[in-house]
Amino acid sequence: MSGARSEGVWRAAWRRLRHDRVGIVSLGVVGVFLLLVAASAAGLVARDWQAELAVPSAPPAFVGAALPAALPGAAAPDAPRADLSAVDPLAPRYREWDEAAKRYATSDAVRRDSLPFGADRLGRDVLAKAVRGAQVSIFVGVAAALLATLIGTALGALGGFFGGAVDDVLEWIYNVFTAIPGILLIFAFAAVVGRGVGPVVAILGLAGWTGIYRLVRAEFIKHASRDYVRAAEAIGAGPLARAFRHVLPNASHVVLVQLSIHVVGFIKAEVILSYLGLGVGIDQVSWGTMLAEAQSELILGHWWQLAAATAFMAVFVTAFSLLTDALRDALDPKLRGVS
Amino acid sequence: MAAYLIRRLWQMVPTLFGVVLLVFLLFKAWGGDPAEILGGLNATPAQIDAIRGQLGLNRPWWVQFGIFLQQIVTFDWGRSWATNESVANLFATRLPATLTVMLPILVLDALLAIPIALGVAYVRGSLTDRAIMVATTAALSISFLVYVIVGQYLLAFRLGWFPVQGWSDSVWTNLTRYAPLPVLLAVLVGLAPQTRLYRTFFLDEIGQDYVRTARAKGLPERSVLFGHVLRNALIPILTNVAVALPGIFVGSFLIEVFFSIPGLGREILLAVNRSDYPVIQAFAVYIAAITMAVNLATDLLYKWVDPRVVLR
Repeated sequence: MSGARSEGVWRAAWRRLRHDRVGIVSLGVVGVFLLLVAASAAGLVARDWQAELAVPSAPPAFVGAALPAALPGAAAPDAPRADLSAVDPLAPRYREWDEAAKRYATSDAVRRDSLPFGADRLGRDVLAKAVRGAQVSIFVGVAAALLATLIGTALGALGGFFGGAVDDVLEWIYNVFTAIPGILLIFAFAAVVGRGVGPVVAILGLAGWTGIYRLVRAEFIKHASRDYVRAAEAIGAGPLARAFRHVLPNASHVVLVQLSIHVVGFIKAEVILSYLGLGVGIDQVSWGTMLAEAQSELILGHWWQLAAATAFMAVFVTAFSLLTDALRDALDPKLRGVS
Repeated sequence: MAAYLIRRLWQMVPTLFGVVLLVFLLFKAWGGDPAEILGGLNATPAQIDAIRGQLGLNRPWWVQFGIFLQQIVTFDWGRSWATNESVANLFATRLPATLTVMLPILVLDALLAIPIALGVAYVRGSLTDRAIMVATTAALSISFLVYVIVGQYLLAFRLGWFPVQGWSDSVWTNLTRYAPLPVLLAVLVGLAPQTRLYRTFFLDEIGQDYVRTARAKGLPERSVLFGHVLRNALIPILTNVAVALPGIFVGSFLIEVFFSIPGLGREILLAVNRSDYPVIQAFAVYIAAITMAVNLATDLLYKWVDPRVVLR
């Protein structure tokens, strides 16, 4: 017997992924985005995204301040002001009010004419909004995908492994959920759950687990009667231990790929939900709320918020999709090149 | 065949019952009190109690479920809480607009995606193939919303090729004047994922032995592709179209809201925003029934497309 252990499946997958140039670059891009999300959540960047830094709809710096600073109004009259203090009943109190006003520190906010990436209709920095929006959108996508994967995997494992009455009940639930088109199901949940980040995660997760359930169930049916599972049974492993300690690790590559496919799907769904007014709350910003604002801005020729949200989302989603493909190839080399 | 149909129809009963139960429990458990929603802000407790009595809300939940079931079986959906319009009437008047937009989208998407995918699959591995795959990946990464916003701005607002939005009472005017822009944008957006999907279906078939045999016996490429590959790939394509089919009754919420098309999708969204439960419940159950009917029809179509399929 040789002492060398054979390469584990995860190590082998990592080795294959490392040699996939597209995969490793997209992993890097996704990593940068995740760092950005972490920094934003910790308050290191884009903490003041609600600060109104610039004039409303200030253009990006490379376009230049296109808006005229002020309209030429009527010239102020030159004549010396008449002294009205004799007839002005408030005149004796002006001094007192000036004193009172001096006790409070005031500052004139200097609003800038342009920002590096422009400003929205309130003068908020579009770049800060896009970063903050990335935090919300990516969190929603990942959390909803985790929830859907958790539900789908747990139910799929139970149904596929135990079969019988458990499977019949779960199949019935699956049929009920798939009988209603996904978007209608999401709306029905949205009607009762409400708005905000938590509700959106719950809605997407509860409406989106069926595909994962189907695949995991098929995997478990395949594995349940394999020799290694029966060997585990022979040495006294209980049914739950066999399902989750023995079979689940062998189906985990399916789960992982499904998880990352769903992240992209849910990020896109959040954008649509936020546009329709069923997404995150109005005091928050996500890529979806940015695009919803951008619709009315575009008519006025203010394209920068649309561009920023689209660019952020396109880069992240492309990188994540390519990473998913690379992950699938690395975990299941038989599938390479099929799609 | 008849036995198969009867069995399939019988199998729909528990699923439909489940849908009804799900919808009922969803709105019962989390939906808030309908009487308070109906009564409005200025309702007195006595008025709210009266509404409760009228709707049967003070009865036990299984009695309420019985009332709900009875409504469904007798197709008596009641009225919208917000507008007092009967739900059946709502469905009948909003469906035409939805179909006017969704049917052309479904047909054009399939008609465009199938030949493109077949062509791409035929030149698989080439520069054209890879360029189109990269382009579809990039196209897929941009939100549907962006296409619609930019498309409306560019094609309708700036270039003036289409009306920005609108709808009329005449089907012909709608089809020729108001529907083209939404249809064009939705078809463009749908093309990328469908081309990718159909390409994998064709690739699965092109690698098969029968294709080699057909070439070996000297068939021209044209009949290999259209006579053999296309026909064999039809089953997964059919499945995919069938999966999308129930969606045309729901409509594209985004398209309908964006272009102010008075269809079902916009109506459902309005109902969601107004907590108009009878409308949402009715739609969910209706659409579930339609989905199951479409699935059954698809299974029957398999038999027609591929005689080897055994209906069990």
